[in-house]
Amino acid sequence: MIPLSQNLPSPFFLPLFSAWSSAFGVLPAHKPVPLQDSSLVSWVPGWPGGGPGPTWASARILGRHPKPLARPHRPGFTLTHSFPGEIFELKAELNSDKKEKKKEAVKKVIASMTVGKDVSALFPDVVNCMQTDNLELKKLVYLYLMNYAKSQPDMAIMAVNTFVKDCEDPNPLIRALAVRTMGCIRVDKITEYLCEPLRKCLKDEDPYVRKTAAVCVAKLHDINAQLVEDQGFLDTLKDLISDSNPMVVANAVAALSEIAESHPSSNLLDLNPQSINKLLTALNECTEWGQIFILDCLASYMPKDDREAQSICERVTPRLSHANSAVVLSAVKVLMKFMEMLSKDLDYYGTLLKKLAPPLVTLLSAEPELQYVALRNINLIVQKRPEILKHEMKVFFVKYNDPIYVKLEKLDIMIRLASQANIAQVLAELKEYATEVDVDFVRKAVRAIGRCAIKVEQSAERCVSTLLDLIQTKVNYVVQEAIVVIKDIFRKYPNKYESVIATLCENLDSLDEPEARAAMIWIVGEYAERIDNADELLESFLEGFHDESTQVQLQLLTAIVKLFLKKPTETQELVQQVLSLATQDSDNPDLRDRGYIYWRLLSTDPVAAKEVVLAEKPLISEETDLIEPTLLDELICYIGTLASVYHKPPSAFVEGSRGVVHKSLPPRTGSSESAESPEAAPTGAPPGEQPAVIPAQGDLLGDLLNLDLGPPVTGPPLTAAPVQMGAVDLLGGGLDSLMGDEAEGMGGTNFAAPPAGTMPANLGAPIGGGLGDLFDLTSGVGSLSGSYVAPKAVWLPAMKAKGLEISGTFTRQVGSISMDLLLTNKALQVMSDFAIQFNRNSFGLAPAAPLQVHAPLSPNQTVEISLPLNTVGSVMKMDPLNNLQVAVKNNIDVFYFSTLYPLHILFVEDGKMERQMFLATWKDIPNENEAQFQIKDCPLNAEAVSSKLQASNIFTIAKRNVEGQDMLYQSLKLTNSIWVLAELRVQPGNPNLTLSLKCRAPEVSQHVYQAYETILKN
Amino acid sequence: MIHSLFLINCSGDIFLEKHWKSVVSQSVCDYFFEAQEKAADVENVPPVISTPHHYLISIYRDKLFFVSVIQTEVPPLFVIEFLHRVADTFQDYFGECSEAAIKDNVVIVYELLEEMLDNGFPLATESNILKELIKPPTILRSVVNSITGSSNVGDTLPTGQLSNIPWRRAGVKYTNNEAYFDVIEEIDAIIDKSGSTVFAEIQGVIDACIKLSGMPDLSLSFMNPRLLDDVSFHPCIRFKRWESERVLSFIPPDGNFRLISYRVSSQNLVAIPVYVKHNISFKENSSCGRFDITIGPKQNMGKTIEGITVTVHMPKVVLNMNLTATQGSYTFDPVTKVLTWDVGKITPQKLPSLKGLVNLQSGAPKPEENPSLNIQFKIQQLAISGLKVNRLDMYGEKYKPFKGVKYITKAGKFQVRT
Repeated sequence: MIPLSQNLPSPFFLPLFSAWSSAFGVLPAHKPVPLQDSSLVSWVPGWPGGGPGPTWASARILGRHPKPLARPHRPGFTLTHSFPGEIFELKAELNSDKKEKKKEAVKKVIASMTVGKDVSALFPDVVNCMQTDNLELKKLVYLYLMNYAKSQPDMAIMAVNTFVKDCEDPNPLIRALAVRTMGCIRVDKITEYLCEPLRKCLKDEDPYVRKTAAVCVAKLHDINAQLVEDQGFLDTLKDLISDSNPMVVANAVAALSEIAESHPSSNLLDLNPQSINKLLTALNECTEWGQIFILDCLASYMPKDDREAQSICERVTPRLSHANSAVVLSAVKVLMKFMEMLSKDLDYYGTLLKKLAPPLVTLLSAEPELQYVALRNINLIVQKRPEILKHEMKVFFVKYNDPIYVKLEKLDIMIRLASQANIAQVLAELKEYATEVDVDFVRKAVRAIGRCAIKVEQSAERCVSTLLDLIQTKVNYVVQEAIVVIKDIFRKYPNKYESVIATLCENLDSLDEPEARAAMIWIVGEYAERIDNADELLESFLEGFHDESTQVQLQLLTAIVKLFLKKPTETQELVQQVLSLATQDSDNPDLRDRGYIYWRLLSTDPVAAKEVVLAEKPLISEETDLIEPTLLDELICYIGTLASVYHKPPSAFVEGSRGVVHKSLPPRTGSSESAESPEAAPTGAPPGEQPAVIPAQGDLLGDLLNLDLGPPVTGPPLTAAPVQMGAVDLLGGGLDSLMGDEAEGMGGTNFAAPPAGTMPANLGAPIGGGLGDLFDLTSGVGSLSGSYVAPKAVWLPAMKAKGLEISGTFTRQVGSISMDLLLTNKALQVMSDFAIQFNRNSFGLAPAAPLQVHAPLSPNQTVEISLPLNTVGSVMKMDPLNNLQVAVKNNIDVFYFSTLYPLHILFVEDGKMERQMFLATWKDIPNENEAQFQIKDCPLNAEAVSSKLQASNIFTIAKRNVEGQDMLYQSLKLTNSIWVLAELRVQPGNPNLTLSLKCRAPEVSQHVYQAYETILKN
Repeated sequence: MIHSLFLINCSGDIFLEKHWKSVVSQSVCDYFFEAQEKAADVENVPPVISTPHHYLISIYRDKLFFVSVIQTEVPPLFVIEFLHRVADTFQDYFGECSEAAIKDNVVIVYELLEEMLDNGFPLATESNILKELIKPPTILRSVVNSITGSSNVGDTLPTGQLSNIPWRRAGVKYTNNEAYFDVIEEIDAIIDKSGSTVFAEIQGVIDACIKLSGMPDLSLSFMNPRLLDDVSFHPCIRFKRWESERVLSFIPPDGNFRLISYRVSSQNLVAIPVYVKHNISFKENSSCGRFDITIGPKQNMGKTIEGITVTVHMPKVVLNMNLTATQGSYTFDPVTKVLTWDVGKITPQKLPSLKGLVNLQSGAPKPEENPSLNIQFKIQQLAISGLKVNRLDMYGEKYKPFKGVKYITKAGKFQVRT
């Protein structure tokens, strides 16, 4: 599907986008469709005994196995072929009087068990051997028990007594072994008997036994969680964190972490500075595996200030020199997370950055599997803090015998690290890779060259010439890949490299992949005026129009329309042909819609068509495939885990995802902390579930940005890229701070007029006092039944619209938004055929029905219309956020105007947050997202304020009285599920209210404040 | 934590399985086989595979796949490290990590796995401790066992596990006290067509063989410790001492172990000991090509370069090669298209070369890519980075140990592009 935006960057986007919305709604499945393991064998009926492979369906399901799935094992190495006889023999041997014979027999049994043979029939005989002083024999029997107790629960009870006895043995090795084995017997009946010995072992004098018992608690919890809680084992386990032996501490942490994973809310690892100190001490002395558990546990701790963060960092840094790569990566996680809290001016911050690079690079010299995991993590680290590895480009150069999965990852990181300083080296490498054998890798390398060109402007020329060299090789997939990226380069640097078009055109015939064909067609259409035979070229594609993929069809349609607009005389026939192909012979709605639009545009107003189709295109952005910042921050907290390998938060793939707690990076301290945050929140409470602010963020963004032809598009020369509104808070850096500053600057003063450019374009007179003035006109119009309604203002003066005057306002009543319009005909002729369209806007506002003007509007007549709106339209971030660009058409012309809508029309009815949720969310939102405002001259008491706001869907969740002031805690939710949390301070006798807003998308705060003010003052 | 482990050989037979929690059906490996088939080459199987209910994390070592099954969020590096440790332990116990060795010692393997992991938590992975718990098989011991009826399972508490030095067993006694250190450096490099270095770094390790009685406390110092700016330590090394004095101070494990590994990065100049002159070309529209390579010494610090082997993966269209070597012997495998030239030693008077004709499949287009040369070599008594051990001191014990240091430089991933 090709969205028009590439070719139609005019302010108007007509309803072709219907198909888009579905793209937002559907999330790609992230797991393969489950194949039911168990059904496989029975699924293949009529299997020809020992014959060749199965036919059709079964062959596909079974994959590589021409043999049945239950793979017959090679004849035993210690056993003979005849199995039943063997069992019989073993039975005899097990019951032998000779110790040695017994042991040999048990060994044989274990050997058979190891290779998957069923020797469970020997259960009673083996258990009989358990009562022995021979440690080896005991261990072997234990091994056997662990394997088969489940299938013989009644028999297993026979073993219980021996276990209980062994738990009292003077030898700690035997005590530990017994408690360990008991935990592995996953039989409910046995677990009851296990409790007492376990309790003793948890308090054993020998640390070896204690540490084994700690793990046993986790095992038991896995079998019977309730039992563990009832018996109080969890508390004992927590006590073990302060044990004197570091190994016991490490195992207790490991066991608690595992238990906590199935109880995300249980708050088991209640960390405080004292316990952190114990962990840090144990860290130095326990085994490498224990260090991993402790580091992972430390990473979930939230230091109270930057000093504490720094001291933890200092004590963790030595782990970076550990020989075990998992220890190193866990240490990196802790450091990356806590670094967030350190001020960048600190010397220590710089030192830490320097210390992080060498261990990461060292990971790359390990085995390829380790390299792969390391590279996936480095990919995240490079996006978060590119400065760490910026001088280490060379270690990512690819060796020809690296496994393919390592090669592809290295390439990705190379592009991310490419900069002006190293681009020459990078290009030379990429060119080398482009002649390698592996097709996937070569393609990615060619693409990477294009990305370099776009990223580093100085290198663009060399990249283009490199690509041309590659095209000369005539290797089919290289040529196609090169053409796709050259198209992007044209987009980025228009009118610079057109000289290469001729070379591209030579390769037209060899293109057989849709993406390459579409790219080539786009190039021909875009530069039609410079290609003499553009019409012939496009015509050649047209022959097989219906066999092309949708992508190519759409592109071809647009390209031919462009060609027609540029060279109307020779191509009339061609354009008619393509329009009829698209509209009449196609059953693809996207294609048909686009065809109709063009057709109508061309037939009604070719000049407008030209403006629309040939309008200047927005630039494409430099970085592609970036993980969006909120997700990136979350993933940084998961460095070293599976989440970091998949680049998805655990909630997206962890089985059952039983309320996975979202992790977030700690806020940088030192930024002005607000003292007014609700202290009522229990300290150390787990950060609450993030409200569903951003449904499946990554995917939305991906859909939006990938468009059809790859690279993301930066919006018209505004401040930020167009972003689906659901993901506003991912506009890191620039915009946030811009908005933030503005908001802070306005904290004390009265809200002044928004920047001039943001005012409705044709508000002739009342600019003076800004919005405030505008709304001052309102006295008493607001209806009490729905949210506040501003009086109608003139949006489109008659003089600008050939006599049509439009004034209007926005209302929200029982969940539906509408735009109330007053159309006045001040011209001398009758007006008819009204239609209305909105440009894409920040919240996806769109007309829910066509504009219904029933009779033609005669001169000097006024008609009042209420246009229902919905919020399912296309989304593009506007500046200001609540800017709405509208086009109104009538029989005379099309008129454009823009207006600002008050944000409270977007406050939905179910915006009341749970109290607990409110507290957790308030804590969870970083402090820098908080904005404070003053609402002056509003002499209302708390009740009045509360009820007035409630009418506009701002809900009061709690009220507290602090030192004579009323604090109202409020929440509201926008139509796109962004929650805004507010704290409103009302002082009796003081007409000024103080409003603190917290929201994950801080941009909206200012507009919410405006809404507050508007509502309260009217 | 780690749920289960499957050992799979190259022909796809699961020949050993071990479950630390509940039993996971073998059929879970089908997802692995699927991925393996997709990857074509055994080395290209992705190490982390997700299946509907489990994750499979695998390593490929010595022609065996170690496939572990994970059910919850576990650090993958943790699992991979552990699997390598398992393979190392097998190597240590049986002399080789092969299907045959594992099958021959299946009970010991099972006991080892049981000791190494408890409910998925690593328990004892240090070779010193494991050997105390489970004695490695020797012919002598099995004879003794069969006579005396004793077993190869130790019946003492693995004392080391509880002390502050879990890597060393207590009560070590030797009649000859010795401490040997091998400084081994490998050069990883990519050399481009014109002979200039694209990328080079040195991966070094110091492996130790320590046979000292009691609880010796060792300090190892270097002439030029500044070279070591990126080091990974064995847990026995006291990090603080290194930070402040650049001295390696430690109580060693007993026996063989890797003391440190280090990287001398490409920022420092890495000496490249050999050069290769090459001329490999394929003619357009003809079924033959030319192949001509010569090897010579470059920055070899006056030492002899020996054990040179050149391996070349020739393009698929190459049918056969007709070459003459002035020194050593070559083989070309027409199935895998791998050319191996065993050169031996370089004598500067007469540089070894290998030249001749390449037969291509007739009619096929000439190969796009020129093959890369993979070069192996060895230089005895030289650490190419210039690292030198200064002295080794021993505290805590009275006897005088015999000390020794050996240096060797090897080619790691040393590639020459043509």
